[in-house]
Amino acid sequence: MVPLSWYLVVAALLFGIGVYGVLARRNAVAILIGLELMFNAVLINVVAFWRYLHPAQVPGLVFAVVIFAVAAAEVAVGLALFIAVYRRFGSSDVDDINLLKW
Amino acid sequence: METKILWLLPLFPLVAFAFIVLFAHRNRALSHTLAILAVVLSWAGSMFLFWRALQVGAAHLAEEPFHSTVAWLPIGKGFFRLGVQLDPLAAVVLFFVAWTIVMIFVYSVGYHNYGAPEGDHDEKGLPPHGATVEHHGHKHKVPSIEPMYSRFFAFVSLFAFGMYLLVVSDNLLTLFAGWEIMGLCSFLLIGFWFKKPSARDAAIKAFMTTRVGDVFMLLGLAYLYTQVGSLSYADIFNPETLHHLATTAAPALGMSAAGLIGLLLFIGTVGKSAQWPLHVWLPDAMEGPTPVSAMIHAATMVSAGVYLVIRIFPLLAAAGHEAAFASPMPIIAFIGAFTALFAATIAVAQNDIKRVLAYSTISQLGYMVAAVGIGAYVAAAFHLVTHAFFKALLFLGSGSVIHGMEHGVLHTGEHVDPQDMYNMGGLKAKMPITFWTFLIGGFALSGFPVLTAGFWSKDEILAEAYGLGHGGVFWTLAIAAFLTAFYTMRQITLTFLGKPRTEAAVHAHETPLTMTGPLMVLAVFAVAFGWVGVPEHFPVLGGLLPKWFQPWVAATFEGLLPEHGELEFSYFPLLVSISVALGGLLVGWLVYRGVQRADQPDPLEGVLGPLYGVLENKYYFDELYTYLLVKPAYWLGAVFTFRWMDRGVIDRILHTVAYFSWRLGNFLRNRIDLPIVNGLGDAVAEGTKGAGRLLRVVQSGRVQHYMLLALVNATALLALVYYFVTRS
Repeated sequence: MVPLSWYLVVAALLFGIGVYGVLARRNAVAILIGLELMFNAVLINVVAFWRYLHPAQVPGLVFAVVIFAVAAAEVAVGLALFIAVYRRFGSSDVDDINLLKW
Repeated sequence: METKILWLLPLFPLVAFAFIVLFAHRNRALSHTLAILAVVLSWAGSMFLFWRALQVGAAHLAEEPFHSTVAWLPIGKGFFRLGVQLDPLAAVVLFFVAWTIVMIFVYSVGYHNYGAPEGDHDEKGLPPHGATVEHHGHKHKVPSIEPMYSRFFAFVSLFAFGMYLLVVSDNLLTLFAGWEIMGLCSFLLIGFWFKKPSARDAAIKAFMTTRVGDVFMLLGLAYLYTQVGSLSYADIFNPETLHHLATTAAPALGMSAAGLIGLLLFIGTVGKSAQWPLHVWLPDAMEGPTPVSAMIHAATMVSAGVYLVIRIFPLLAAAGHEAAFASPMPIIAFIGAFTALFAATIAVAQNDIKRVLAYSTISQLGYMVAAVGIGAYVAAAFHLVTHAFFKALLFLGSGSVIHGMEHGVLHTGEHVDPQDMYNMGGLKAKMPITFWTFLIGGFALSGFPVLTAGFWSKDEILAEAYGLGHGGVFWTLAIAAFLTAFYTMRQITLTFLGKPRTEAAVHAHETPLTMTGPLMVLAVFAVAFGWVGVPEHFPVLGGLLPKWFQPWVAATFEGLLPEHGELEFSYFPLLVSISVALGGLLVGWLVYRGVQRADQPDPLEGVLGPLYGVLENKYYFDELYTYLLVKPAYWLGAVFTFRWMDRGVIDRILHTVAYFSWRLGNFLRNRIDLPIVNGLGDAVAEGTKGAGRLLRVVQSGRVQHYMLLALVNATALLALVYYFVTRS
């Protein structure tokens, strides 16, 4: 088997890319994609730890499925929020949503 | 009983005054009723007390006068006591004061035209000018009622209070209080018609001039109090105290204490009784209504001055008797005699009917003062009483004449001065009662022999002067007597005899009974009062009537005076007295019966030449005083005190202090308050704003920035925790 650390590094890289996507992209959908990448990275982490450390315990896998589901729900909610915002501001650029600015 | 009435005598007029001022002011009838009722009650009380005094007898009354005191002011261990007293001297003074005051009050009702209509243009503060009435279809003017009728009665009631207080008092302090109250009332009444500038000025002049006298009098009272410890007559006028005062040296003038006190108190009399040099206020006091002139100048105020100097006679006699010290008596005699002659010369050249009487009063008071100065205090008291009666009569008579003339002036519309004798003439036919009573008064003033009271009293003064060897005083008074008769006959001739010289005089008519009644009553006294003091050695008449007056008054000071024998009777002063009186009357009539026109120059002008001008202008004393005293006083007030000291010095100091305060304030404000205090506050605020501006950048409103910050912070925190965990 491949050592655990390889999976963790991959997950970390994926997480980093996801963070970059969230923090540095202007389009709201791109941010959601980055968010999705972060979720997947975490998922890889969880599954890797389950498979390598406690493969016999099902709750580990269940936890992964839950994360999966939550991610999907969250994206749905996020998209709904983005649509409401788009209707208000008329733009998909998050830089324009700055009403809380001083 | 008697002392209770004594206390009440001043009280009745005082209550009348208070009532009129507070309540009865608007009701004229009530005002005069209250006033007259009050003085009638006081008169009744006075008559009762006089009768009781007669019953008790002079010797006993002098020993034990009706006397009552109250403890008024606690001083140290004892009290300063005030009270009332009636001794023989006070009894006779009370007699004439009561009669003259009642007569004047009754007269005032008619004088101020009670019952007449309100005037057309009358205003309060000016004499009434007449009202137009419709009478049988045509209009004519009649005298109108005085607008300030009630106020007059209030003031004269206060005046009566002052005089009664003075007469009944048993100590010099309440005497002084009554004295000053009368001074106030003379001010109020001389300035009664206050919208006339001449009346205002005359009132101030009267008050100021008598004040000068009063200051010295107060000094005398103070000195007396420090020497004796009391101001009551009983404590001062007893042999021991008099001896002590006469032998103590005074700090000035080489006199004894008694002499200096007597002199200082006498100066009060000089002011109040208008002796030279403080005589200037009395002629100007004629600005007041005529009853006031009668009140002030006959019945009360000026008599108060003479009463004082007679009252303190034991002091003066004691001072005069002591050879070691200078005596005040020669000074008193000189001032009296000088004033008598001085005023008589001025009276000769006056054309206003009241002014002649004013100077005549000054002159007659000079007689009384001179009599006291030579030691003849009983003669002075006698003349005081007779003078009060005939002078009041003359003043009221002159008021009646003026009233009649004003009637004529209003009737004809002529603009003549109703008081100028040259505008009169022939009034004997128009105003007979006034004429006959005025004649009696005038003759009494001149000293017409036997039939008038003035003769007896004046003759006595001349006899004493002659008998005691005071030649200068005798001849001065004799010449003054001649002039007195002369100007009196001048006055009577110009006013009543001959033919009327103006239309107004033609239309004059007699005044009503409320005015002529008092004239008649006073005329009786002017004739008869002299008969109570006929000397025994008088040819034919001596001894027929008891010589009551002189022993009565002399009993007051029994035992207090140095001994002096009875005066020898001599015919010489009697002959001089009769001849100057009759001679003066005759010459006056002869000179003035030829005056036929109002604008004619006075016959005396031709005789006297420039001297007439000097006399007419009263020897220019008013001008002298203005130049010497009034202008410097005004300069002191207006220039020295106001301009130089007040504005120049005091205000300058204030302005300088203010200037430096202003400078200090500006400095504190601009250099300290604004930069430092404000600056500090502003710096804090600006710093906060700056910090905020800097920190605000963080709040971009962009969520991604916030998330980046959160990431950075979380990483830092984790690193920190990792570091600490691995360390331990």
